[in-house]
Amino acid sequence: MELHFLTIGELREKIATREIAATTVVRSILKRIAEVDTQVHAYINVLSESAMAEAELIDAAIAKGIIKPLSGVPIALKDICCTKGIETTCCSRILRGFIPPYDATVVEKLREAGAIIIGKTNMDEFAMGSSTETSCFGATRNPYDLTRIPGGSSGGSAAAVAADECLAAIGSDTGGSIRQPAALCGVVGLKPTYGRVSRFGLIAFASSLDQIGPFTKTVADSALMLSVLAGYDAKDSTSVNLPVPDYSAFLGRDIRGWRIGIPREYFIGGIDTETQSALDGVMRTLQACGASCVDISLPHTEYCLAVYYIVAPAEASSNLARYDGIKYGMRVEKFSDLKDLYKKTRSQGFGSEVKRRIMLGTYVLSSGYYDAYYKKASRVRTLIKQDFADAFRVCDVILTPTTPSAAFKIGEKTNDPMQMYLSDIFTISTNLAGIPGISVPCGYTASGLPIGAQFLAGHFEEAKLLQVTAAYEQAGTFIKRRPKI
Amino acid sequence: MDFTTVIGLEVHAQLLTKSKIFCSCSTTFGASPNSHTCPVCLGMPGVLPVLNKTVVEFAMKMALATNCNINKFSSFARKNYFYPDLPKAYQISQYSEPLAEHGYMDIELDGKMKRIGITRIHIEEDAGKLLHDDHNPFSYVDLNRTGVPLIEIVSEPDMHSAEEAAAYLRALHEILVYLEICDGTMEEGSFRCDANVSIMPVGSQEFGTRAELKNMNSFRNVQRAIEYEVKRQSYLIENGGRVIQETRLWDANAGVSNSMRGKEEAHDYRYFPDPDLLPVIVNDDWIARMRESLPELPAAKRARFIADYEIPAYDAGVLTADKRLSFYYEEVVRLSGKPKQASNWVMGEVLRLLNEDKKDISACAVSPAGLAMLLELIEKGTISGKMAKDVIVEMYVAGAMPDEIIATKGLSQISDESAIIATITDIIAKNPEQLEQFRAGKDKLFGFFVGQAMKATGGKANPALLNDLLKKMLAAN
Amino acid sequence: MKIGKAEVAHIANLSRLEFGDAEMELFTSQLNDILLYMEKLSAVDTASVMPATTQEMARHNAFREDVVAPSLSSEEALRNAPDATGDCIRVPKVVE
Repeated sequence: MELHFLTIGELREKIATREIAATTVVRSILKRIAEVDTQVHAYINVLSESAMAEAELIDAAIAKGIIKPLSGVPIALKDICCTKGIETTCCSRILRGFIPPYDATVVEKLREAGAIIIGKTNMDEFAMGSSTETSCFGATRNPYDLTRIPGGSSGGSAAAVAADECLAAIGSDTGGSIRQPAALCGVVGLKPTYGRVSRFGLIAFASSLDQIGPFTKTVADSALMLSVLAGYDAKDSTSVNLPVPDYSAFLGRDIRGWRIGIPREYFIGGIDTETQSALDGVMRTLQACGASCVDISLPHTEYCLAVYYIVAPAEASSNLARYDGIKYGMRVEKFSDLKDLYKKTRSQGFGSEVKRRIMLGTYVLSSGYYDAYYKKASRVRTLIKQDFADAFRVCDVILTPTTPSAAFKIGEKTNDPMQMYLSDIFTISTNLAGIPGISVPCGYTASGLPIGAQFLAGHFEEAKLLQVTAAYEQAGTFIKRRPKI
Repeated sequence: MDFTTVIGLEVHAQLLTKSKIFCSCSTTFGASPNSHTCPVCLGMPGVLPVLNKTVVEFAMKMALATNCNINKFSSFARKNYFYPDLPKAYQISQYSEPLAEHGYMDIELDGKMKRIGITRIHIEEDAGKLLHDDHNPFSYVDLNRTGVPLIEIVSEPDMHSAEEAAAYLRALHEILVYLEICDGTMEEGSFRCDANVSIMPVGSQEFGTRAELKNMNSFRNVQRAIEYEVKRQSYLIENGGRVIQETRLWDANAGVSNSMRGKEEAHDYRYFPDPDLLPVIVNDDWIARMRESLPELPAAKRARFIADYEIPAYDAGVLTADKRLSFYYEEVVRLSGKPKQASNWVMGEVLRLLNEDKKDISACAVSPAGLAMLLELIEKGTISGKMAKDVIVEMYVAGAMPDEIIATKGLSQISDESAIIATITDIIAKNPEQLEQFRAGKDKLFGFFVGQAMKATGGKANPALLNDLLKKMLAAN
Repeated sequence: MKIGKAEVAHIANLSRLEFGDAEMELFTSQLNDILLYMEKLSAVDTASVMPATTQEMARHNAFREDVVAPSLSSEEALRNAPDATGDCIRVPKVVE
């Protein structure tokens, strides 16, 4: 068996029994990357040397009997996570050359858990996009069809897991940036509750929506990763000081008597027939497991996209104002004065999608428009949260498609921002409400593209998501296929 | 035309916390450039602010000391603008939900009390510093000050003269320093003031267009700048001109203010709630604890000094103007039990000596115990008041106790009756003529005998005792 | 039209961005499309609704104690700056 095909769960056993050394795993993963990444382009920076050095240290520790939850597990990081001493760019020209003097809290936690950082993955510039086409390093390709997008913005991380170029990867999700690429690449992607995982060191896009989460090959691996990532961080005021459950303990528990909410607003129109029939299959499986599907309503669903495209750009316009050519990153060579330096650096440093959102965000916050846009959107956001609170009174979890259709072609939507935005239609509400969501693979289109099912739960009920998706996975009605690369 | 002047002040006070408002860097002034910085105050990507609890408590103290309502719920907002001294390109401040509102301060001017409304007190972060070099086309950014905590105290437009504005400003300053939440150094920028000034015809209800005055780095300059502005606006209106809303920079050297028009961008700060910070919720218990922690404030202390120590209002004002001076005075009173004498000596000799050296009370070598002993020695007659003035100079210079100085210099007054009687007896014996003339009614000669006695004792005879004894002995025979 | 070219130019200035004519044309049209889409929010009655606060739970008072921790050295602080001289970041002269 090829080592790169292993799940974290499988590797853990082999590491614990010393059947495999961490260095062997890392070598195998680096070889896999060398073989396939010229086609996939999941990575923008492969940390071969430091990964091997870390693996040697882990092996030395293992030899002394020190085995941690992720000892020797090669993990890829979206380039939105700051890494001490390693260039971190958010895939933007404006941050080229930036070397943080600090690690993101999740990076510290991963290292502490024995994980090996194998490289930094590609993404839409500043996480603004749904296709990983806006990266200054060029597009990532979907391992299942290299002419198609992997989804975004965490497309590099999703593709790296799908193509077995790592065992798990870290992504960030502001409006679906973990779940949507997970669905399109046929892997498991979890967005935790807002506040469950520290945002310290996560380069901010929209601070009230951003959350870090894992991409894994299985639900069990997702539970393992979340147990490591979750927890209060004194460096993030919005992180929540609640105990972290042993998520793995919920795997294998049955879901008899569970009520699965099917929001009618998510199943009318716009969904591709293959996606619809894959979701029907999920419902049948869950019913066979003893759960029942109940019709629910999330009445403000149609407003989510509008609210999101006010709130997120508004926050982004402020968060991205610090990229000005003064303290770090890129600075243009020629300018007439300070203002010209700002304008030229920012205009040349940011790509069009980022500029579009900065403009939109500046506009909705500007004098005379704040009430009509930002304040109005914040009020509707309250109603969207309320919809979910009401829904979870009558159901345990909610089931929806992750995306309306499978992966589209590279370049297909780049000139039509509204069409691109609509590909996040099912994932955005989760972030607005701050609740957790997970996407698990649930089928393939006739042409072999993965389809994802999304489950949502109440605040801090990640365990429920893992329990229901593990039950679904273990039911065995969905047979996973590997991409042919 | 007669005008009414309308003035509102915005005061920024740096809080004396050890660490910055949102990170753990030191707030110490004067460090080498950019050595008190970290990823958070440098505005690096992905970092997050965490609020310093002491900042909230210091701001609460000021709010309570100025009779404000503390809002149970307050929150932070971002004020967005580009400037090289603002690394995040937004300042974290409080906007629609400030910590405290609706307060007031009573100030005294020409013996009359006046109440100045305080609109709000809110918490925010300071920006960095730009250093300019006249000889090259660059500015240099030092971010040590970035993130030093500030409170902004906004007054109502309740002041009607430059003197009132200055009195209000001094009162605010005095309280901040009393609370030990701000060092109040205007030159180093830890206490800064902007003024909004307008004029309107007497009797008018409608405020005129206001100008905002900046860059006034002393109490005197605040007063001068406002006076200049009132004259400028009056002249404009009387000559058919019109005041425009603008920011003006005070030039202390030239004694004029200059418009910043044209150099200033049209601002649109795009305030919105900062999603990285949680709201601050203050309960009654916390407010009560802060209230209990407040020291006695200057106004209350002045009133108490007047009532308890029976000293004049002016003296009470001088003694309470500096909290440390008031502590010094009260310590002398406690040790000596002589409030009036203590007041006279602190206000007289102690402050005179300090003023000559341009020092404040913290640098005074005359300890309260030393001064109390000196008062005691005067009362006991060990030394005269006149001698004491020499002794206190020695105490100030040498830092010694008065008894030591008196002993080493042999300054002690002769209050021993028998010694003085012996001296007088001797003088009478040596001057039979004068004695005869005195007894014959030439009263003026009493002074002659005093002079002789003083000469004989080297000036050390207790004057009161000498007088008494001399009178008796000259009359007796 | 929700927003005209002059207003787009004003927003660009506030954002410290600049655009060529063609880009300006495209951005104006795209922003209009997006803002028109936002119109649908006016159909929601929010008269009695509070704006969503940033935190998902009713959370408040995340504080740190007033304790000083080591800063970066000025060298570390300025390592990423495109133009640093001595202890400071150098910028084109700021007119005051």
